[in-house]
Amino acid sequence: MMAASAAYAVQPDEIMSDPVKEARARDLSRELRCMVCQNQSIDDSEAPLAKDLRILVRERIAAGDSDAQVIDFLVARYGEFVLLKPQLNLHTWILWLLPPLVLAGGGAALWMQARRRRKSAADEDSALLKLTAEEEARLERLIATQAPSDSNA
Amino acid sequence: MTAEAGHYALVLALGLALIQSTLPILGSRWRDLALMNVARSTAIAQLAFVAFSFAALVTLHVTSDFSVINVFENSHSMKPLIYKVTGVWGNHEGSMLLWVFILALFGGLVAMFGNNLPMSLRAHVLAVQAWVASAFYLFILITSNPFLRIANPPIEGRDLNPVLQDIGLAIHPPMLYLGYVGFSISFSFAVAALIEGRIDAAWARWVRPWTLMAWIFLTLGIAMGSYWAYYELGWGGWWFWDPVENASLMPWLAGTALLHSLVVMEKRSALKVWTILLSILTFSLSLLGTFLVRSGVLTSVHAFASDPTRGVFILLILCIFIGGSLSLYAMRASTLKQGGLFAPISREGALVLNNLFLTTACATVFVGTLYPLALEVMTGEKISVGAPFFNLTFGPLFVPLMIALPFGPLLAWKRGDLLGAAQRLMAAGIAGLIAMAVVWAWTLGGSTLAPLAIGLAAFVIVGALSDMIERVGLLRVPLATAARRARGLPRSSWGTMFAHAGIGVALIGIVCETTWNSEYIKSMKIGEVAAIAGYELKLDGISQRQGPNFREMVAQFSVVQNGRLLDTMTPSKRSFTTRGATTTEAALLTRGASQLYISLGDTAGDGTIAVRIYHKPLVLLIWFGPVLIAFGGLLSLSDRRLRVGAPKPAKSLRGLQAAE
Repeated sequence: MMAASAAYAVQPDEIMSDPVKEARARDLSRELRCMVCQNQSIDDSEAPLAKDLRILVRERIAAGDSDAQVIDFLVARYGEFVLLKPQLNLHTWILWLLPPLVLAGGGAALWMQARRRRKSAADEDSALLKLTAEEEARLERLIATQAPSDSNA
Repeated sequence: MTAEAGHYALVLALGLALIQSTLPILGSRWRDLALMNVARSTAIAQLAFVAFSFAALVTLHVTSDFSVINVFENSHSMKPLIYKVTGVWGNHEGSMLLWVFILALFGGLVAMFGNNLPMSLRAHVLAVQAWVASAFYLFILITSNPFLRIANPPIEGRDLNPVLQDIGLAIHPPMLYLGYVGFSISFSFAVAALIEGRIDAAWARWVRPWTLMAWIFLTLGIAMGSYWAYYELGWGGWWFWDPVENASLMPWLAGTALLHSLVVMEKRSALKVWTILLSILTFSLSLLGTFLVRSGVLTSVHAFASDPTRGVFILLILCIFIGGSLSLYAMRASTLKQGGLFAPISREGALVLNNLFLTTACATVFVGTLYPLALEVMTGEKISVGAPFFNLTFGPLFVPLMIALPFGPLLAWKRGDLLGAAQRLMAAGIAGLIAMAVVWAWTLGGSTLAPLAIGLAAFVIVGALSDMIERVGLLRVPLATAARRARGLPRSSWGTMFAHAGIGVALIGIVCETTWNSEYIKSMKIGEVAAIAGYELKLDGISQRQGPNFREMVAQFSVVQNGRLLDTMTPSKRSFTTRGATTTEAALLTRGASQLYISLGDTAGDGTIAVRIYHKPLVLLIWFGPVLIAFGGLLSLSDRRLRVGAPKPAKSLRGLQAAE
């Protein structure tokens, strides 16, 4: 298994003469899985199947297919397993949406927590600022007793 | 005899671990100091027995005792000595023994150097550590015993997988294990705190150095593994988003978040509940990684073990520990008091942002790694999640993180001044823009993302440096004063600078390698010249050579630049007779931080040989970044140790910091 990964991917005889088309083939190859390998793209793998797929991709490009058409062709033939970047559909929405949901959820939780804390802090503050009726009365008394002594002095 | 002794020592270690799991906790319940102290002695004794057991296995491998199955299956009498030693952990059983050895090592270290811990905390930490150890000793003894004998010993072994016969095997797995097993200490501390129902800033101060140590090893281990894959696998890739790599990346991401939240907890006594959760999650991800790699659930490049009984056993361990610790967390977390209020724009706020993004990144890797497995188990449908998925989802998360990164250390605790920080980062921003403009002008018409990324990296690096330059007063005060100030600044601040700058350095390497990598693929005749990135490489000849346990075909290339001979490069292909396998040994020529890379393919009937030559600009920065990051961690650790060792000097140190 590991020996097979001592890889030697794209072979000299596979390369297309048109550099633009070859570049397209390389880009596409990186998105396609060598189905008999473990997590290798057909661009990286030296397995015979990967070579067949690389040639197939180049044949389709030479025949004038667009990138999307090549992908569709391969998915129709080999199933979605061939795509290293799964398409967004009913089976994969969790996969695609989880990261943004975690980020948004975490952000929202933090925002709410900050707001709650600020509010509770503010509540505490205003509670501290407002005097209770008892305190008001005491203050009144203090001022009342203070005022005459002031005028006397 | 050696095998039996090693086996027996492991059984004794299990016995000790079981004692260590129970008595200290009872001791703490009954307030019995002697019982609590049992943890210390058993942890050290356990380490001694596991070390003995490990040494026994090494001896068996070195002496090529093929009556032991593990040696027979993974060794060969002609194998060079270093690979006889490293071959010990180049297989399932041996690597699990290394795992428990490192676990015992950390337990032993806490026992030896944890004298300043409160008695009952130490008793609990070591007990939890022993629970984990017991589970894994049982796993080894029941399903993966490396000391089993063969009835009729063969005369020669089957040799180690040739890909693993490399110096990388000597460094990568031990480093990685020191990292991920090291997180067991943070886990044990967290569980101990939950059991005791008590946690404070001092707790964070005790946990931080352990977490930092594990994290440094994990950083280096991952980087080393990446470089190993780069030169060994022969197509110049350095990160494949392989599930096994992801298994080590997840604890790293969570561990990085944990390090940052521990800072908040230590300094401001905030984020306690979250820090405890992160400690648990980090080690849980390490356990998950062990499960993924060791159970063979994903048979991949690294997974050289596949046996369902093992998988089920580790899954059980995984469920008990993760489930147990999370339930304990759910029950106890509410009793932990939250402290330390802070405004959103503050050092704490920045560290919380860091945690948010790192956790999301970790969740992304998690779902990408496990979703295909889960989907296949539930519906039988097979999908692939590979590099293109991760590049699209993981990459963008790092953009805001890196933009925010230089701001963090500039904000004050409690309430920070964003505008002030932005003003102080003006130089970094300008540096970033200049870098962007220069790269854009230089590669006109090329990739548009690359200049932006380089600009971001420059911003991060200069941002990290400028903070320290300003604090030292470089260029404003005489050099001698600046040097004195530099020495006076806390080492952890220097650590932060190196680690943050390392992120930017690694990013430059990644962008350059992926964007401006050139390659040359051709069948070459002897005497033919390949031109790539200003170099001319001439194939001078092909020869055969006999190695100790392989034959190899070596090609000689002379490398010429501007008519001057620079060096010769000798890529080769090795055939290992025992396993009938071949490996490609790439030849690397380092020019500054860039490299030329040649790997060989097959020879054809007409005397030509298929050759792949790459020029990888600034590729070494990809690994130099993590080395800087680890160095930063080391600096911070050396600072931390002073503080942890003695509570009193810690106060004076703090005073120094506050005075700045």
